[in-house]
Amino acid sequence: MKKVLSFVFAAVLAVSLFVGCSGNQKGGTVNTDGSTSMADVMGALTEAFREKEPDITVNYSGTGSGSGISGVLDGTCDIGLSSRELKQEEMDKGAVAHVVALDGVAVVVNPKNVVADLTTEQIADIFTGKISNWSELGGADAPIAVYGREDGSGTRSAFEEIVGVEGACVYTNEYGSTGDVIGNVASNENAIGYASLSAVDSSVAAAKVNGVMPSEATVKDGSYTIQRPFVMVTREGTELSEAAQAFLDFAVSAEAEQYITAAGAVYPN
Amino acid sequence: MQFLFTLCGLVAVGFVLLITGYLVVSGLPAIREIGLFPFLFGKTWAAGQGQYGILPLILTSLYGTAGAIVIGVPVGFFTAVFLAKVAPKKAADLIRPAVSLLAGIPSVVYGLVGMCVLVPALREWFRLPAGDSLLAAVIVLAVMILPSIISLSETALEAVPKEYEEASLALGATKLETYFRVSVPAAGSGIAAAVVLGIGRAIGEAMAIMMVAGNVANMPALTRSVRFLTTGISIELNYSQDGSLQRQALFSIGLVLFLFIMLINGLLNLVLKKKRE
Repeated sequence: MKKVLSFVFAAVLAVSLFVGCSGNQKGGTVNTDGSTSMADVMGALTEAFREKEPDITVNYSGTGSGSGISGVLDGTCDIGLSSRELKQEEMDKGAVAHVVALDGVAVVVNPKNVVADLTTEQIADIFTGKISNWSELGGADAPIAVYGREDGSGTRSAFEEIVGVEGACVYTNEYGSTGDVIGNVASNENAIGYASLSAVDSSVAAAKVNGVMPSEATVKDGSYTIQRPFVMVTREGTELSEAAQAFLDFAVSAEAEQYITAAGAVYPN
Repeated sequence: MQFLFTLCGLVAVGFVLLITGYLVVSGLPAIREIGLFPFLFGKTWAAGQGQYGILPLILTSLYGTAGAIVIGVPVGFFTAVFLAKVAPKKAADLIRPAVSLLAGIPSVVYGLVGMCVLVPALREWFRLPAGDSLLAAVIVLAVMILPSIISLSETALEAVPKEYEEASLALGATKLETYFRVSVPAAGSGIAAAVVLGIGRAIGEAMAIMMVAGNVANMPALTRSVRFLTTGISIELNYSQDGSLQRQALFSIGLVLFLFIMLINGLLNLVLKKKRE
């Protein structure tokens, strides 16, 4: 009896395996691959999309922008994810960019700090340690405490890349979360740090960069320069599967705006 | 029934074996890829640039622990002597519960107080850009290891047979001479065990020092931001990608830390064994 039962059980399990497969094929699977910084936005989008199209599964694997773009060009994934603009050689190979969101990184200082307007060069000099006292920038005679995020953080790589100080930053302190950076800048008058625009609150002051105050509007019109696009990449001439097309359409539609905003990014259109 | 007890006993052993096995399996690949020498003695930790040298982390952990011992042991030791021998009953009844309360405070609270009180104070005193530093971590650790040093040393001192002290007093030694020349040496191995336990607690602490140490992988200096072995793991674990060399290297740090703690445990066992003999 036991033997028979276990046989039936095994048979049921085996069959269910195929059922699972065919179920996926009907609805379709979308494989996306790329930027880890887009994890939040992708999470919000896939969750919302699942409610709309429950039969379509969207997979996301965070491997980095570069490998996401080469993945879509090689055909190993349906949609590549990049948190930087495409390079010319990538576009020459047929990569097409669909901007789904913009991400602004604010440079924050203590509210008591009188220095409120910095140029990109000054920011680079501060973070590489060339400028080490606020008096050099017209502020009080106090040493600058440079606060940043730990290695591997998307905000850190975005900031360093845009300001052009990749791997050259001399941090006073590193913190494991955006909240820690903001909290510690708020409690230290000497501090300067950076944080995703959506996380900036009134406990710190966002500095103007090249005279432009960071805000949703200035990120959108491009006048605030410390920003980057979140891009979905497809390949020219390769037709997307129905499921992938549906997901891409959803991601660039006006409907996606609330989810993108909720994930802390700026809706571009 | 005996089976049940044996099983319970084996659960603990099982978990130790599981954790050891897991650490070795997940910690070795990165060491193999980076190379043991560059990993242990490399001076730069910058995962973004593919540099995985944990010498600054190892030295910080060693210096931090040594500093905590240098401050914490004398204070703890004298407190223990005071509690066990000198203190009037009323004072001892006030201090003893305070010490056990100190042991019960969660480490995140130590970190919080350090962050809100100690770090700004150090910034003012030394005119630093930020007060987060090795010094701040050492002070927090010193306070954290006090309870274990005090209570263990006190127990050891109280276990010294009364006859020893009476004999010493009868020979004309003063009370203080008796405590430091007779009681303390007699309780020596117990006090040594207390110190080793304090070292173990200090080297394994992460939460409190993450909040006051600044967490930049600099070579250790008293007033500079530093990163310990423990905080090195916890601060980068969140965003390191699964399966990446960075994540694997974090496990390797865990393995190194584990070996350090095994070493300290071995030392503790040795001290305790000597005590029994």
